Amino acid sequence: MNELQLYLLVGAVLFVCGVACMTTKRNGIGVLMGVELVLNGANVNFVAFSRYTALGLDGQIVSLFVIVLAAAEAAVALAIALNFYNNHLTIDVDRGDQLKG
Amino acid sequence: MNGDQGPSFLTLLFAAGSCAGAIAVVLSRNVVRMAFWLIVSLGSVAGLFFLLHADFVGATQLLIYVGGTVVLLIFGVMLTASGPLLKIPTSPAETFLSAGIGALFLAMIVSTVGAVDWKAAAETIARQDPAAGPPVSGEGYNAPEEGNTLRPIGAALLGVRPDRDLGREPGPNGSIALSTGYLLPFEIASVHLLVVLIGAAYLARAKRRRDRDSGESI
Repeated sequence: MNELQLYLLVGAVLFVCGVACMTTKRNGIGVLMGVELVLNGANVNFVAFSRYTALGLDGQIVSLFVIVLAAAEAAVALAIALNFYNNHLTIDVDRGDQLKG
Repeated sequence: MNGDQGPSFLTLLFAAGSCAGAIAVVLSRNVVRMAFWLIVSLGSVAGLFFLLHADFVGATQLLIYVGGTVVLLIFGVMLTASGPLLKIPTSPAETFLSAGIGALFLAMIVSTVGAVDWKAAAETIARQDPAAGPPVSGEGYNAPEEGNTLRPIGAALLGVRPDRDLGREPGPNGSIALSTGYLLPFEIASVHLLVVLIGAAYLARAKRRRDRDSGESI
């Protein structure tokens, strides 16, 4: 097994763990952590391809943009979670069903 | 491009650390422990970035992710989880279902990674884009193992690509078509961050709610 495949497998494990975290956790903050794991799995793939293929520096720059946008997303999502907590007095995402009709 | 001697000990260590941290994030019930395992996982991923000669990305990962985003999440835990709300149980059916789907998806990705001939794919990319190459070659004071991606990344964010354009063979009419940089995405990201800053501060500010019965603001 060469090193590129090792990094791709690490990225796959991070991605799948993030998706499982997003689907199973009922805590809103836990869902956010799953999103972070998914973005990190993608970043590992970007940087590994930047090292081992002809993608070059572009992969590293794209992963930088991913990191910055993930930070922005976390800030907004945390603000939304705090508002949700203020209104419902819980962070359980299953309780946010007011639009159910 | 060292294909023969296999991954080093540090590579295996950080790979195992990131995978174990991610699995522990999924398995742990307490949200504070989830945050701790997330720090382990993201820190190991930063180590992997350093091993991939991406020193600036690794440093950014440590600074922004481990130092910023996770601390933000821990603040979220502190502000929302009080006592009994720290653990919200998941029903066994949901756990079983998502574990099955996750295992199937992981099997699909692993089989795909094993089936593709990555060396041939990389050579195809190199043939189609003659300017592409391994990340950094020749610029900077350091060897790639010691980290020299800072200047090329800075130049690429300003819109010029010395890492791709320097030392290229000119075309038939003696000119070189310059590669494109990332000036516009950089500007868009900066404006986006400003908008996010204002929006998050607006959303999360302490509101003065008016009590409907007594008419007093609380």
